[in-house]
Amino acid sequence: MKGRFGEFGGQYIPETLMPAIEELEKAFEKCRKDKKFNAEFQKLLSEYAGRPTPLTFAGNLSKRLGCKIYLKREDLAHTGAHKINNALGQALLAKKMGKTRIIAETGAGQHGTATAIAAAKLGMECEIYMGTVDIERQKPNVLRMRLAGARVNPVSSGSKTLKDAINECLRDWTASCENTHYLLGSVLGPAPYPEMVAHFQKMIGEEAKQQIKKAEGKLPKAIIACVGGGSNAIGIFKAFVPDKKVELVGVEAGGFGIEGGKHAARFADPKLGRSGVLHGTFTYVLQDKFGQIYNTHSVSAGLDYSAVGPEHSMLREMKRAQYTYATDKEALDAFKILSQEEGIIPALESSHAVAYALKYAKKCKKNDIIIINISGRGDKDLDTVIKEMGDSLD
Amino acid sequence: MIPLTRFEAQFKKLHSKKEGAFIPFVVLGDPNIETSFEIIKTLIDNGADALELGFAFSDPIADGPTIQEADQRALSHNINTDDAFELIQQIRSYNQKIPISLLIYYNLILQRGIGEFYSQAKQVGVDAVLAADCPVEEAEPLLKAAKENGIDQVFIVAPTTTKARLKKILAQASGYVYLVSLLGVTGARAALQTKTVKLIKFVKPNTNLPICVGFGISKPGHVKEVVGAGANGVIVGSAVIKLVKENLGDKEKMLAAVSEFASEMKAATK
Ligand SMILES: Cc1ncc(COP(=O)(O)O)c(C=O)c1O
Repeated sequence: MKGRFGEFGGQYIPETLMPAIEELEKAFEKCRKDKKFNAEFQKLLSEYAGRPTPLTFAGNLSKRLGCKIYLKREDLAHTGAHKINNALGQALLAKKMGKTRIIAETGAGQHGTATAIAAAKLGMECEIYMGTVDIERQKPNVLRMRLAGARVNPVSSGSKTLKDAINECLRDWTASCENTHYLLGSVLGPAPYPEMVAHFQKMIGEEAKQQIKKAEGKLPKAIIACVGGGSNAIGIFKAFVPDKKVELVGVEAGGFGIEGGKHAARFADPKLGRSGVLHGTFTYVLQDKFGQIYNTHSVSAGLDYSAVGPEHSMLREMKRAQYTYATDKEALDAFKILSQEEGIIPALESSHAVAYALKYAKKCKKNDIIIINISGRGDKDLDTVIKEMGDSLD
Repeated sequence: MIPLTRFEAQFKKLHSKKEGAFIPFVVLGDPNIETSFEIIKTLIDNGADALELGFAFSDPIADGPTIQEADQRALSHNINTDDAFELIQQIRSYNQKIPISLLIYYNLILQRGIGEFYSQAKQVGVDAVLAADCPVEEAEPLLKAAKENGIDQVFIVAPTTTKARLKKILAQASGYVYLVSLLGVTGARAALQTKTVKLIKFVKPNTNLPICVGFGISKPGHVKEVVGAGANGVIVGSAVIKLVKENLGDKEKMLAAVSEFASEMKAATK
């Protein structure tokens, strides 16, 4: 079925937006096959965004853990996270569609920044919606968006985080779809977004596959990535899905732990996490018995969201990928460990992947290879980390 | 002969009187269950020809601030699907004739179980269901359950709807066509968009279903304009809910304001 990943996915949006979605579907199908479009996109990626990003052997961490740890360095992409890949792809597409204005939601501010910067580069007007809780905890990114000429609209409804920012984007788009493109930042939302965002992120895994073959002459035992909506994870998983021996592990935000319900682990909480519809797609959603969406908690703004991309729901159902979680505390510890061992300060989002890798490594042998997707850099999180960890930084 | 549905009977009667339908929208349980019931009774007693009743949802993406706040007020009292159905049952006992349509977000139907939801809706006297975030492409399971339970499935036609989409929608719609009068979310607007009249003229020749215009209708003048352009009814939400919000501290005043507004709006349909 169109726009479905197994039973997941679909297009659950108001009629007013359906024509815009149909237009986007057509434009995307055309552009993804178009040589000129792809050449332009590649040029932006290599000359502007700094791709390919390196795959770094983490020597000190490897020694500490007793296996081989590699880091896919999305933190080194322009703007400091993988979000720039999708932002450039969609902004270019929007430009081809004749749209003059771009709107986007942001949680951690990385997608907002990437979108603001892509819009600046391509000469388009840009407005970003961001929850007031996130504005407070990701200040440096708010400033970067504004510097790039975007307007940042604070959202104070609901949980005042990513979910509510998406609500506002959908509302804006309902009124503005004639001249505006909604540049959704993860593999979420109605079709074609999940597939399109994955398409604009899949170079992460394609590069990593070549890089690891070159470095080690073989594929890794496991790939570990954090999962908010799930775009960096799909981005690195996709190229490895056919390689059945490579374990694909997604790490959700365990917040204060699963018990009390204060987390964003859609797959890990049997009480609150069930299939349902949020923001246009049928997927795993944290919700109460009646279907009211449950508010999430995570120390990392980018993972603090009630639903997960539908393709992840399918990969899990097929048992092709496994999903686990790391708590706030585990992520903060991992943040510190990677900074100290390797001199690489990961985003708090990515720190969740690092945290699980630290556990996973215990069952690895000396020559086993783990690739961790470092989806972004942690400069934006220093305020939060210092608040959470105080003087225990060293 | 198949007996007429409540909507059919009502539109037939209004047609013969050359009146449009005044259909107020409120959120079930706003600001609390008891007051909500009184607001709805007041609407029925003061000219409502049908009711559109909303199920409060945590993330109402098709709604502007006024209805979002109404949802939040209802949810702050933990109103849930069971409470909403119970309230509808009370309304149905109060008035057996008035057509009742639900406006709801898809996940609430899904989590109840689609078949179960429609069967419960039928039991409490619901006549039609509109799922705000379910376009015709995804509606098959709803249509099936609606048909099995003798409930109309209402669809939205928007200013952006293309001719091809209109055809697809009209092939499945029953009850009435919900014509969204503007590009945007719900909310009272000062003036109608020129799009509205154009849209009525675009849809009208393609269907025998009544056309009801909603989103932004907030004044008697708007009602006159759309009924004059050929619409069979108006759906008025945010303008009613505003009166609730403005009088949260004084129930008597709230009901008086709702009563006066309903009478004025109904008068404008004639
Ligand atoms: C650095 C970083 N990693 C991960 C995420 C989570 O998003 P996704 O799961 O789509 O990769 C974000 C989102 O803001 C982010 O900024």
